[in-house]
Amino acid sequence: MKADVLIIGGGLMGFSTAVHLAMRHTRCIVLDKDSPGRHASGVNAGGLRQLNRHPAEIPLSVAAAGMWRHIRELVDSDCDTRFPGQLRVAENATELESLEERAALLRSMGYRHEEMIGTDELYRLVPALAPHCTGALICRQDGYGRPFHALDAFRRKARSLGVHYQADTRVDGVLRVADEWLASTVRGEFRAPVLVNCAGAWANHMATLLGEPVPLKPGAPMMMVSERLPHFIDPVIGAAGRKLSFKQMQNGTLLIGGAHLAELDLTQGRTEMNWHKLALSARSVMTLFPQLKDVRIVRSWAGLEAFMPDNIPVIGASVTAPGAYHAFGFSAHGFQLSPVVGRILSQLILDGSSELPIEPFRIDRFRQVCRNSSAVLP
Amino acid sequence: MKEHYQLAVIGAGPAGLAAATMAAEQGIDVALFDQQVAPGGQIYRAMESIPQHRARQLGDEYQRGRKLVSAFRASTAEYFAETAVWSLNGRREIGLLQQGQARMLTADQVVIASGAFERPVPFPGWTLPGVMNAGAGQILFKAHGIVPHEGVVLAGSGPLLLLLAWQYLHAGVSVKALLDVTPMKNHLYALPGLPRALLAGHYITKGMQYKSDLKRAGISTLHNIRKLRAQGKDALQSVSFVHNGREQSLETAVLLVHFGVIPHTQLSRVAGCRHLWDESQLCWRPQLDEWGRTSVDGILVAGDGGGIGGARSAEHAGRLAALQALYALGVLDRTARQRLARKDRKWMREESHIRPFLEAFFRISDDLLQVVDDDTLVCRCEEVSAGQIRAAVADGHDNSNQVKFLTRCGMGPCQGRQCAEAVSHIVAAASGKAVQDIGHYRQRPPVNPLTLGQLAGLQWEKSE
Repeated sequence: MKADVLIIGGGLMGFSTAVHLAMRHTRCIVLDKDSPGRHASGVNAGGLRQLNRHPAEIPLSVAAAGMWRHIRELVDSDCDTRFPGQLRVAENATELESLEERAALLRSMGYRHEEMIGTDELYRLVPALAPHCTGALICRQDGYGRPFHALDAFRRKARSLGVHYQADTRVDGVLRVADEWLASTVRGEFRAPVLVNCAGAWANHMATLLGEPVPLKPGAPMMMVSERLPHFIDPVIGAAGRKLSFKQMQNGTLLIGGAHLAELDLTQGRTEMNWHKLALSARSVMTLFPQLKDVRIVRSWAGLEAFMPDNIPVIGASVTAPGAYHAFGFSAHGFQLSPVVGRILSQLILDGSSELPIEPFRIDRFRQVCRNSSAVLP
Repeated sequence: MKEHYQLAVIGAGPAGLAAATMAAEQGIDVALFDQQVAPGGQIYRAMESIPQHRARQLGDEYQRGRKLVSAFRASTAEYFAETAVWSLNGRREIGLLQQGQARMLTADQVVIASGAFERPVPFPGWTLPGVMNAGAGQILFKAHGIVPHEGVVLAGSGPLLLLLAWQYLHAGVSVKALLDVTPMKNHLYALPGLPRALLAGHYITKGMQYKSDLKRAGISTLHNIRKLRAQGKDALQSVSFVHNGREQSLETAVLLVHFGVIPHTQLSRVAGCRHLWDESQLCWRPQLDEWGRTSVDGILVAGDGGGIGGARSAEHAGRLAALQALYALGVLDRTARQRLARKDRKWMREESHIRPFLEAFFRISDDLLQVVDDDTLVCRCEEVSAGQIRAAVADGHDNSNQVKFLTRCGMGPCQGRQCAEAVSHIVAAASGKAVQDIGHYRQRPPVNPLTLGQLAGLQWEKSE
């Protein structure tokens, strides 16, 4: 089978790239070793967060925030998005100071989306919060969506634009033959002049095949969800001194994350809960919302993701292979960036450049480290 | 409670009791964890506390549990009642909840003896108050002597329905009708299994006796019932159905339904054991070897949790699993394991004769399994209808987990216990794929409810 662009990975990044390319009349094939959004894309916490981003990500995150506001125009669905704001609370003077420094840094860079609020406004916005907090950093435009609904909307949009999606089709090898990439799979060969690596936790496998391995480390952030509760809180809560992300979803359930990682069984691609660390998340919630003591946890899970040493992704053209591009390593905060990453890749592929600064995300920034081998998922 | 046991047994029904007793006899450290207040499981519930007259009403199969429970009580196995297991993983770390305190411990070998539960079959009106599972009716009777005084209608299929009707008859409950949904054609399909079933003829004789007792008592049994429907505004008022091509209706405030039993697989699934679809029993069950070993090292399943075999069979399977655990622990050598297994293996084989016949005879219709009525709720926790599931399939989602992601079906507090099998059937029928390929929901812990406060207070010595 033949197309203009071959995309490896049927997650949000892959489908977003396909949608943007197909809107510009480019024929795409998406190859997926599992089913759509099977890993991080389908089961992440759904945070639409500009707050506290790495400075290199801020221009992308701000552009993406604008796209999420009008996501229906892109994929014909609102992806169940809400924008009640996200905030990061301080629980003592030291934490408050670190938040103020962050706010000052952003002001100096010319950004206005993060601002400090005092206790008056904090408790007006979140009356349920325990009384010991000292202030917060807030991004009022932030919010959340439902990841699998977003994934499904991008998938449907891609389909309606003629993108060919192939599930259960692992790419065993890629070869460059006469200005074309040739991907071999159990379902035969797929060809295109351009290859895009959006393989998530498995992306280093592809990067290695292209001769540019990266120090990508697989990890599975754990999450848990509660029974439904009456509505009691709007914004998404994080904390300056804790690994915590806490929100009440549209249906009343609480979604509690916090970047604590599950145990990984790489040979089986299985994750197992680390209850010791999930108990830390539960304790954090108890400290900030002691009234939730008797709320039942209904489910916990972890989605396979991959982290770069500097916790920012790889986005851009291959350094070693012509006509190859990468977008992976989002280090557990890629959901919000997905619409803009697809746009950037489509621009790189069709126009040769993007208007957004992607230099910090180049793939060879850890080339020295990678002389030694790195973890590759099978 | 210790932090580590050589053998942990989960569940105090016939399989768990037999496994724990046998293992303890060989001098190893055994702990048995069970959610109920007393040993016996579902089948021998309240065995130690039940009044004599009520025990007689329950029949002599029930009495058989007495020996099992007292042997267990006399053994050195540590017994933890009212203790829920909320997590089990491939490293055999077991999450427990006892009197509000969450803790974690480990075991070298784990026997899951989680038993069976009644197959949830969604049909129009099944969520109305007043519609209950026959098993729930039986629990109320066994444990508390509570019976529906204003009378009941029983509907469904399978031996337990017949047994409950018989038990109610003896307890003086008015049974307005027994609606048998088993399709007539089953009689034909079950025939090839009959000769072998006659080897375990006592089951068939017993069934015939129940039937004739009911008939003598004037209880009307209507066969080949189709289009079962519970009706009422806020609670059940009547049951309608089609019998002999004619639509009929019965007024009743209580409808007890039963469509056979299926294995409890939450624990074996959350531990990562491989499962397969059993087309004869119409359920998912863990893949087991002749000793009850799963695909995960050190984790065994015994009894109905590994596929429906009944109480007696579970007892034998429990002992076989214990022997395997003892062998793995180095307590028994290969020869001793074989020798001690001989009798249980023989009895278990005898017990299995009746199964193919029963499974074919009581197999419920595809119409019921596939929930043909679009408006019927399949997932009652998240209120997802059969029509919504079929719409998701039409949109290209052809496995259970994709349907779950999209519709939230199975994401409620029951964790899909109530809808998993029905969703497998619906998705398979709508997509034209085999149920095996549709897959089962991935099981997420905790498998039993745990509060945020309980998790925050988790006691676990294991350091990070």
